[in-house]
Amino acid sequence: MLRAELTGTLGELELDTRLDVPDARCLALLGPSGAGKSSVLRMIAGLVRPRRGRVECGNHVWLDTDTGVELAPERRRCGYVFQDYALFGHMSAWRNVAYAQRRLPRARRHRAAVELLDRFGVGRLADARPATLSGGERQRVALARTLASNPSALLLDEPLSALDVSTRAKATRALLELLGDAAVPTVLVTHDFDEAAAIADEVAVIEDGRIVQRGSAEELSARPVSAFVADLTGAVVLGGVAVRRPDGLTEIALEGGGTALSTDAGEGRVAISVHPWEITLEPGAATIDTSARNHLRGRVSSVRPVGNRLRVAVEAGQPLVAEVTADARDQLGLEPGRKVVASWKATATRIVAAGD
Amino acid sequence: MRLRWFPLLLAGALCLALLFLTLPIAAIFLQVGPGELIDRLGDPQATDALRLSLITSGIALVLILVVGTPAAYLIATRRFRGRSVVITAIELPLVLPPAVAGIGLLAAFGPSGLLGGAIEDAGVRLVFETAGVVVALTFVASPFYLRQAQAAFEAVDPTWLQASRTLGSGEARTFARVAIPAAMPGLAAGTALAWGRALGEFGATLVFAGSFQGITQTAPLAIVELFGSDFTAALALSAVLVAVSAALLLSVKLVIGRGAGSRATEPILDASR
Repeated sequence: MLRAELTGTLGELELDTRLDVPDARCLALLGPSGAGKSSVLRMIAGLVRPRRGRVECGNHVWLDTDTGVELAPERRRCGYVFQDYALFGHMSAWRNVAYAQRRLPRARRHRAAVELLDRFGVGRLADARPATLSGGERQRVALARTLASNPSALLLDEPLSALDVSTRAKATRALLELLGDAAVPTVLVTHDFDEAAAIADEVAVIEDGRIVQRGSAEELSARPVSAFVADLTGAVVLGGVAVRRPDGLTEIALEGGGTALSTDAGEGRVAISVHPWEITLEPGAATIDTSARNHLRGRVSSVRPVGNRLRVAVEAGQPLVAEVTADARDQLGLEPGRKVVASWKATATRIVAAGD
Repeated sequence: MRLRWFPLLLAGALCLALLFLTLPIAAIFLQVGPGELIDRLGDPQATDALRLSLITSGIALVLILVVGTPAAYLIATRRFRGRSVVITAIELPLVLPPAVAGIGLLAAFGPSGLLGGAIEDAGVRLVFETAGVVVALTFVASPFYLRQAQAAFEAVDPTWLQASRTLGSGEARTFARVAIPAAMPGLAAGTALAWGRALGEFGATLVFAGSFQGITQTAPLAIVELFGSDFTAALALSAVLVAVSAALLLSVKLVIGRGAGSRATEPILDASR
């Protein structure tokens, strides 16, 4: 179990974060850049000292500002995977790994390092310098090096953000392998909900230095507590003013025009959140005749492929995004400038606290 | 047809600068034949001066590296109150006229200087002694190394140092195994600059240590003395100094070229030499 309670000032930001992670579990800290996520990792690792805080891992107290306990980073032995991997450029891949294996006798380090590299599928690159490796290869060398240090906890700082989309799936598998092998408490920091969902068991959303919601990725996605959380999970977030109707539904007058219905309760200034895959698009001229209660007219502003589908951005008073297939695009002629109606059901409309 | 005058102007300016800068160096070698140059190097005054120059600058360099490397690392990796004052104080000797540096050294370490009594009590004599030459060279040359080393350490990716710590290495091992190798091209450049400055040192040495053959008379001092009596011998010794300096410059370029994969910034060869 890794526990951390950290308070302090980081520039403009007031940090006040508490988290605990059981052994062999991974908690993702999800937040936009500047929310204090990386600082939390650095404080756990001992690279930065919080104004006040306590960090403990297993039975060891790493930091307690009240009693003056502060272990140096090398005595905490956190397996820290840096955003750009921080491989030592003047050492070959195997020497990078061997650097972390000081407990082994010198003669056995080379073999042990190459074995670890092999485990991550990069054994053949043992003699290569980091500068000659691709992003994905670098990541795997870094993971091997992290495992070599026999870490007591893993701290992953945006471990996939330096990679292009095509290598991410493979890199994610490598990361999960590291997590499985190390079997220690893990904290992952990311601004990418999909990355958090793919790797972590639980996600904690951090806003302005505080954790505002914690739960599984599915829970966050289904029941975000605020517009901020909904936005991070990739949902479409629309602001408006809610009024309760006699029939039990809530009607929201949207900023920028139009109304929407929701089965959730709400009153006053709120935001609604809808997942892009819940939104259907129809040609602008069509008569609307479906069970969906919510319709907004707008124009397509962009069409971008994401994996095996397309994200269609629509300007409908407020910007929203619908996910459709390439078939649907071809049939409806979805391209920038095209007039469309975006529809979704009142039952798919979540009411959340409005953002600022 | 319109004449493209601006490119011509640029080329003309470069030719002029090149000619002006290389002519005196070439002249040293052209004035006297190579055979005679080598012949003149057998002169005991010249060999004494060369030997003394190499020994004193070598010792000064060791002192500069041993003390300067950790000092530069501290300045580069830590933020503390008065840091900019410290940096300025270190850079000050760069702009000090050498003769003033010599006077300063006398005022500090001379027999009637600030620390003169303490140094004498310790049984050490500096003024008019070889040890004094080392002190003068160290004083004049160390800022060149410190400045370059600080820049080289600052250019090392801080996450490398942090990664080293999280991988179980303390500060000392991080310094020795990560920071120094990563900063090596910059450190090598700084070493070459400091050595070059020490080899050419004249004013501070003359004022602080004097010019006694075999004891404090380094090559530049010998050149000036020979210049009065034997111009050819002065030329020969100058030619050797030019060769050594050129070799230094070349080795710097080689080291920097080899270390291109590292993150150290390209050092700027200083014009103040």
